Amino acid sequence: MLYRRAGIRHTDYASDRELFPIPADRIAILALLALALLAPLIFSSLTVSSYLTPWLVWVSATLGLNLIIGWAGQFHFGYAAVMGIGAYTTVHAYKAGLPWEIAAVLGGLMATVIGVLFAFAALRVKGLYLALSTLALQFVMDWVISHVPAISGGVSATLQAPAMSLLGQRIASDSGLYYVALGWALLVTLFMLNLRRTALGRALVAVREKDYAAAVIGVQAFRYKLVAFATSSFIGGVSGAMLIFCFYHAVTPEQFAVNVSIELLAMVIVGGLASIIGSWFGAAFILLAPSQIHAFIAWAAKLVGADIGIETLAHLPYAVYGGMIILFLLVEPMGLGKLYGNMRNYLMVWPFGYARK
Amino acid sequence: MDLMYLLELAINGAMSGLMYSLVAMGIVLIYKSSSVPNLAQGALTMVGAYVVLAFANGAGLPMWAAIPLAMLTMMGVGMGIERVALRRLAGRPIVMILMMTLGLDIFLRAVTLVVGGGTARPLDIGISNDPLFLGPLLLNRAYLVGAVVALGLFAVFVFFFRTRRGVVLRAIADDYMASWAVGISVERGVALSWALSSLVATAAGVLWGSIQGVDQSLSLLLLKGITVAVLGGMDSLGGAILAGIALGVIEAVASGVLDPLLGGGTRELVVALVLILTIMIRPHGLFGRHDIERL
Repeated sequence: MLYRRAGIRHTDYASDRELFPIPADRIAILALLALALLAPLIFSSLTVSSYLTPWLVWVSATLGLNLIIGWAGQFHFGYAAVMGIGAYTTVHAYKAGLPWEIAAVLGGLMATVIGVLFAFAALRVKGLYLALSTLALQFVMDWVISHVPAISGGVSATLQAPAMSLLGQRIASDSGLYYVALGWALLVTLFMLNLRRTALGRALVAVREKDYAAAVIGVQAFRYKLVAFATSSFIGGVSGAMLIFCFYHAVTPEQFAVNVSIELLAMVIVGGLASIIGSWFGAAFILLAPSQIHAFIAWAAKLVGADIGIETLAHLPYAVYGGMIILFLLVEPMGLGKLYGNMRNYLMVWPFGYARK
Repeated sequence: MDLMYLLELAINGAMSGLMYSLVAMGIVLIYKSSSVPNLAQGALTMVGAYVVLAFANGAGLPMWAAIPLAMLTMMGVGMGIERVALRRLAGRPIVMILMMTLGLDIFLRAVTLVVGGGTARPLDIGISNDPLFLGPLLLNRAYLVGAVVALGLFAVFVFFFRTRRGVVLRAIADDYMASWAVGISVERGVALSWALSSLVATAAGVLWGSIQGVDQSLSLLLLKGITVAVLGGMDSLGGAILAGIALGVIEAVASGVLDPLLGGGTRELVVALVLILTIMIRPHGLFGRHDIERL
């Protein structure tokens, strides 16, 4: 019972390639799923709408970005712009009277088209220069979104998003929006889990490791980079739409500015490159850390009777957040996903440590 | 749109462009020695300006003493960053290094705001606000001083790279493995380049701070600095100077012409477009080395 691998013998290929071959994992996943489904009953409405829902949406966006950075090994410093395009397209399409599902897919497709534009940068240069060109494209997109009145309604305008409806059902309650976000996050997670064991996933990894080597074994780097950018842009576009409809309820250009791109990048790095569970952890960490640190510092200051100015209190969480990124890169460059993996590997065979492969 | 107006824009643009070169030179110095694209250079510029203010207002020193002291402090800060954060990342994938410099950027900015406060404050280095008349053209005195300082620092670097220590830095830039093999301390050279870069950043911070006030927006010079650095070639100091002039002129003239047409805010757009076009057409920049990996 303690040795969780005991008695697991794969007798055919199908069982060997299961997503979760170890029963302990399956039980844990089912328990977590049950918890996720019951969350609106367990937690307060405030917790669900202001912590859990945005977390799930950011998880899906982080997974999309991880696809391009972690799996395909291509930089993307403009992911927020791609999300913004999806969000704006969906809002406009939905306002024009299309069903919500079609509007969201349309948003994803529009983001794909623009995302492939980013890919053309990736086809010419790589490394630092790719990073800089996507960063510059983010600035261009920001400018276009905020300065074209047909998209954003003019500089510093806010576009209200009407309440969404899914399959003809109007969804306005906090728990309803939570379930929509949960469904999307699970869908993306499932896609990513399966991506790892498909030819596409292996081709992406081959391109990441060395593109000439990939070319030698017959993987067209050109094609797979395009596919990677297109897929991750689609995920990003729909996630952007989810972010607006499930969480913000209104869309402004600042929600998709360059600092959001960097925050997403931080989620991927802190979570761990090419780590799915890491993306869940990373999004939670970066999203929740600043407000928690803020609350903690305010509480600690009150406890010792120190008087911290409002300005100091406002900036201190960002110092801690920057410090965390630095610390992670120095101590555990593969992020929280790797930390979890280490712990899991240890517990998997505990107390028979010598049985580890 | 008459020609005189455009000429005035171009000349003032060229001078402000030389001030972008100050930021770019910092990026180039570090990239040359260690191939680290320093995205924290904007934050370093901001920190430099705050340190000068701390010496001038906090300790009550006169400006001529505060600036050199701040430069010395910043050299220490730069070497510290290199020692603590970047030396351990040597040889890691570039995504880690880029993320580290971004993390440093966030960290430095936030710490500076925590310590120094976020409200914009003036930094007076005694340049009058009156325009300088050159025939019919109005020149901005602050930009002129900035341009002169940028050119002066460039001249200092040209001489510095002929000294013994400068030759060591050039050797490291050329091939650090070979430098290691002949007994050059690459670590010390890289630390020196960080110190020099922080020194330049302080100069940039003081000059820009005297123009637009000292606050968080100083760190936004990063985009312009990195554009100039890429346009000039990431490893060419002379390129940084010429590209600075070029970007300044393009930015001033293009935004002067486009702003009335497109309703303002085109400066960032023009800079971003220059960056994209440079990377698409000539990724190694005007004077950079050609060994950039591409597909």
